[in-house]
Amino acid sequence: MAVNLQTLSKNEDLLTGGHRACAGCTGSNILRQIMLTAGRDTVVGGATGCMEVVTTIFPYTAWKTPFIHSAFENCAATISGAETAYRALKKSGELPVPRERINFIAFGGDGGTYDIGLQSLSGAMERGHNMLYVCYDNEAYMNTGIQRSGATPFGAHTSTAPAGKVKQGKDRHRKDLTKIMVAHNIPYVAQTTPFHWKDLQMKVRKALDVDGPAFLNILMPCTVGWGFDPALGIELSKMATECNFWPLFEVENGEYKLTYKPKADRTPIEEWLKQQVRFKHLFKPGNEHLIVEIQRWVDDEQRKLLKLCGEA
Amino acid sequence: MKQIYVGLTGNEAVATAFKQARPHVAPAFPITPQTEMMHKFADFVADGVVDTEMILVESEHSAMSAAIGSAATGARTFTATSSAGFALMWEVVYIAASLRLPICMPVVNRALSGNINIHNDHSDAMGGRDAGWIQLWCENTQEAYDHALMCWRIAEHKDVRLPVMINYDGFIISHTSESLHILPDEDAWKFVGPKDLKTGYSLLDMDHPITVGPLDLTDYYFEHKVSQIEALKRAPKHIAEVYKEFGQLTGRHYSFFEEYRTDDADLVIVALGSTAGTAKDVIDAQREKGVKVGLLKIHMFRPFPAAELAKALSKAKVVGVMDKAASFGGWGGPLFNEIRSALYDLPARPKIHNWIYGLGGRDTDVKQIAALIDQLQAIAKGREAETVNLLGVRL
Repeated sequence: MAVNLQTLSKNEDLLTGGHRACAGCTGSNILRQIMLTAGRDTVVGGATGCMEVVTTIFPYTAWKTPFIHSAFENCAATISGAETAYRALKKSGELPVPRERINFIAFGGDGGTYDIGLQSLSGAMERGHNMLYVCYDNEAYMNTGIQRSGATPFGAHTSTAPAGKVKQGKDRHRKDLTKIMVAHNIPYVAQTTPFHWKDLQMKVRKALDVDGPAFLNILMPCTVGWGFDPALGIELSKMATECNFWPLFEVENGEYKLTYKPKADRTPIEEWLKQQVRFKHLFKPGNEHLIVEIQRWVDDEQRKLLKLCGEA
Repeated sequence: MKQIYVGLTGNEAVATAFKQARPHVAPAFPITPQTEMMHKFADFVADGVVDTEMILVESEHSAMSAAIGSAATGARTFTATSSAGFALMWEVVYIAASLRLPICMPVVNRALSGNINIHNDHSDAMGGRDAGWIQLWCENTQEAYDHALMCWRIAEHKDVRLPVMINYDGFIISHTSESLHILPDEDAWKFVGPKDLKTGYSLLDMDHPITVGPLDLTDYYFEHKVSQIEALKRAPKHIAEVYKEFGQLTGRHYSFFEEYRTDDADLVIVALGSTAGTAKDVIDAQREKGVKVGLLKIHMFRPFPAAELAKALSKAKVVGVMDKAASFGGWGGPLFNEIRSALYDLPARPKIHNWIYGLGGRDTDVKQIAALIDQLQAIAKGREAETVNLLGVRL
């Protein structure tokens, strides 16, 4: 099914306003975009994290679709149980209301996905459930107060790996979760970010249409954790892609494809880093080599990706 | 009703009962000694005897998480575990009860690590006694089978809606072949009945979407906990009804606890699980010698039938509580604590002593229980004794 603004603009907003996300949060933007394409016949699971907390404070809920949260590390397993029950009840003719198809979408932040929830995600993907797992990756444990995660980039200041007199933030590059998911040999894996609504929506559509598990890794600029003007979230999302920090690509049945080509003259990483308070210390005299290291890493990763995409 | 007389291990018997209950979904992860129960159930699925969807998860944490996702749709759901597996799912065991999901789960009791030990004690289930589940305990294969049929009626009752844990001793019950009576499949199904998917909420009711497991802070959480407390208070009435109906059907009559030769007993042993069987033999032998000793075996440990127990034990002179779990740093074992507390308000309390026994599967034989009865006799005659004692340990 094609994705276009004309259709999307008529679709029902399934995440209501009035939830408690921060001003300028791009996470709620991501959820809304996904739900516009997914539609009402969707069961949503949320791992403990920002998006779960801000959308479901009892007795309120921002969800117009069924929603379930149980814990931090088990969203994929929880949704896998619901998806299995759907198949069982459909088979026995006991569904509460008949539905030929229901989407099952699990949402987790990077903490709940790269780290504590990785085992349960890996298990659910390997078992082949007909579900989509979406990681909204804001590159740290934002809900608990900006602690370092496996997704936190090199050099970023966090509350557990802060920049201080002798340390300069995180001393490791992030792990490549998207590739870890590709290694599960599932039908669809993709990486996207909300500035490119069409890219995001196309990927959601494809992910929901495949028969079997799908995974989306979505970079989510966080005004609080990254330290930028709340008006600039989408701009930061765009710059992350333009400087190749967050390339947009998909892997369909093992085939890599670049879905957005940044300008030939790529934006230097400093342009993106300097917009964010978490990287402020990198611009102090004596720390130039850290920015060089980030640029080296970005270039290396991009080279590897282009090769995989047959663009090298 | 005609029943079938068969020889089965505890694990096989429970798998048979669960097959007869026709669950929709069963997440499973292996841990000794629960494994064979899931093997047997998987055989039923592979042979098309039962139509259950199994989810072969990558951990016990995911087993209980998937069970939560499944049960939230209204699907009849079970999983099974032991020991460290139970400990790993601990977090979500609490959540299952908090969400009032009628999941049934055999806990094939095994010692907790460390050091790692695969044999029976009750440290796993005792650690989860405050998780909000109904806990039922079985003495032998027959009781395990019967409870694996009855649990569905209890868990799914509209006034209860709580998960149920069925405890039976690892290896001693799970792997021992015993003769027992089982119901023909049709009669078992008639007793259990289909899951009522019409009342209550379902995550799959797309026309009436619900939010399950929201953030619940200072303004509502307490009231929600009270609703769990109240549901557990309502449970005994319905457990008693199910016990009664099952008794009429099968001739096997259960109650919150079984009293064995306690009518005129001065000395009463209180125990859970398979040790009760050994104790009955010793009691028979001691009765031959004129010792007025009896046994009180608890089936329903959660909710704890405090008032009924106090009444039942009120005429004893000495009560010996056997705990197959230590409460490290505590004052005696968990069962002892509950019993002693239940008896505190009696106008004339019996003396109550505790024996911690059988940790890590240390065999508890007739000699040990005979020695325990000797001590109860001495205490009845006025001998001073420690309140908390150990049984069968080398010191």
